[in-house]
Amino acid sequence: MNVHEFQAKSLFAHFGVPVPRGKEITSPDAATTWANELNTPVFVVKAQIHAGGRGKAGGVKITKDKAAVAGLAKELIGKTLVTHQTGPKGRQVHRLLMEEGANIAKELYLSILVDRDTGWPTFIASTEGGMEIEEVAAKTPEKIIKEAIDPAVGFQGYNGRNIAFALGLQNIEPTVLNPFIKMLGNLYRLFMEKNCALVEINPLIITKEKTVVALDGKVSFDDNGLFKHEDVQKMRDLNEEEPLEIEAAANNLNYVKLDGNIGCMVNGAGLAMATMDVIKLAGSEPANFLDVGGGATKETVAAGFRILLKDPNVKGIFINIFGGIVRCERIAHGVIEAAKEVKITVPLVVRLQGTNAEEGRKLLAESGLKLDVANDLWEAAQKIVKLTGK
Amino acid sequence: MSILVSKNTRVVVQGITGKEGSFHATQCKAYGTKVIAGVTPGKAGQEVEGIPVFNTVADAVKKTDCDTSLIFVPPPFCADAILEAADAGIRLVICITEGIPVNDMVKVKRALHGRDVRLIGPNCPGVITVDEAKIGIMPGFIHKKGIVGVVSRSGTLTYEAVHQLSTLGLGETTCVGIGGDPVNGTGFVDVLPLFEKDSETQAIVMIGEIGGDAEEKAAEFIKKNVKKPVISFIAGITAPPGRRMGHAGAIISGGKGTAAEKMKILEAAGVTVVKNPAEIGHAVKKALGR
Repeated sequence: MNVHEFQAKSLFAHFGVPVPRGKEITSPDAATTWANELNTPVFVVKAQIHAGGRGKAGGVKITKDKAAVAGLAKELIGKTLVTHQTGPKGRQVHRLLMEEGANIAKELYLSILVDRDTGWPTFIASTEGGMEIEEVAAKTPEKIIKEAIDPAVGFQGYNGRNIAFALGLQNIEPTVLNPFIKMLGNLYRLFMEKNCALVEINPLIITKEKTVVALDGKVSFDDNGLFKHEDVQKMRDLNEEEPLEIEAAANNLNYVKLDGNIGCMVNGAGLAMATMDVIKLAGSEPANFLDVGGGATKETVAAGFRILLKDPNVKGIFINIFGGIVRCERIAHGVIEAAKEVKITVPLVVRLQGTNAEEGRKLLAESGLKLDVANDLWEAAQKIVKLTGK
Repeated sequence: MSILVSKNTRVVVQGITGKEGSFHATQCKAYGTKVIAGVTPGKAGQEVEGIPVFNTVADAVKKTDCDTSLIFVPPPFCADAILEAADAGIRLVICITEGIPVNDMVKVKRALHGRDVRLIGPNCPGVITVDEAKIGIMPGFIHKKGIVGVVSRSGTLTYEAVHQLSTLGLGETTCVGIGGDPVNGTGFVDVLPLFEKDSETQAIVMIGEIGGDAEEKAAEFIKKNVKKPVISFIAGITAPPGRRMGHAGAIISGGKGTAAEKMKILEAAGVTVVKNPAEIGHAVKKALGR
């Protein structure tokens, strides 16, 4: 789960990571009120969407004029921002973060994530702050500093010194060495205690006043750890999520919307991905990823149908079930029941294999439903692509 | 011969009185696996299909001499259950549970480091040595005794591959599901040398997916150490970056972990990479010259 910058920064502040004074704003009036309270030489108004590249897309405004903030807020609220991470449709702005400006002396990059190779939480730091870190890693890998933290003992002073000296902080501004190292420890605590998947500060700045400040902030959480944190669950912003994905999650389905026109429903994540791949090989594009899980029932199949059919791009549906614990005749019953409830208006190919597959196929063939039954994965994929006229 | 588990493996099922645990313990036993103990705290003295239940893994080990654990404990308590098994002297821990927090697994992996215990999973279908022991949730009947070792990050996609191998008459030796989580116990590089050494295994099927660099590491290992033919499929060539495709570990991040990149590196290491998942069985047959 992702959260907004203002939410990430409130967590930073809570864990002792310095951030600019700021507040979430949802109206021009609130902007004026907060500007009066903030009383700073420079005001920064930042659109809050779950995507990077906001600055380039015009989502960040800076002014010295207190009277101008209401106008800037009005301009940004409701605006659709298109960045390299939003896709061409862009994302509408509902919330702003308004904060004090900072006097930047030096920009750094800092993040923590779990290195999948070692299984250890790892800091990534660079002197190239404010840039796309992937680009820095590709062009100048020597400028990427990595420091793995032993999860048995947690963050130690030497981990901090390794990072600080590798960044050359003693040459940039020696007085920030200790506050910087303390901040790293706090950030590690946040990462572990709140079950984060990623904590990223880009840029982390050293100010002309010789302080260390997180000027931007991105935090994403491990979905599997959310049950431990009610406060984090409350930060979820459904405006930032695809409506069909929200509906799917409510039905315990794992759905990701894509841009093609063959809807697919599969049991198991790996087989669901492989099914998408086969659709492409057969000459079309998948409309989605949909894993109905190991415990697929009549109800989940029906919910899956409803979601697939709500996507106007879907011109055909491919159901691919490999029955293991899930029995194929149950899935067949589910399809038949669901077809009574949900009017299926597009071609449908059902491929059943594994436990009780033959029984399932027979049920479908005798149901009178307009559908094609297949045994083999490749045969099924070719059928649905042909039926959708591609 | 086979790898990891055999007809002599003595299994304890942790979480045996739960819905999943009791169902699968029964299924494993019916396949012929020696399921000799179960653990659910507070339920000692009960039986599940004739399998005695103990309060702790330590008790189960003491009373039954079990050496392998199969875990169905729910995610919030699962790290605890894995560590309990390791501390009780279990040497092979197979964890089926899906949804364990990554940071819990970070601590578990660290705690198991350097100890004489192997963890398989979590979030995996388990391990089966055909006609000897099924320790997991895979449907036993699709397997057929044969000559191909299978190692996979996925569940049902593995069944798909196994089905093809069985239908073509090749059959399998052992099938190992290593799971779809970003931090897990056993990787491709741990299983590949076991298959390479196993006298019955003549070819290896490796099923990967987007995310991480387990396949890249495997390619490096195969190039140097594996003489047997390796046939691989990588799921997710159509997956967009930044989106988690079901498995917590199946995500392309920072432009890394794409299926295309993994396929390229595996091919360069001499692996037969199959683009169409319906062709896995045929590719194995061809690689074996049959």
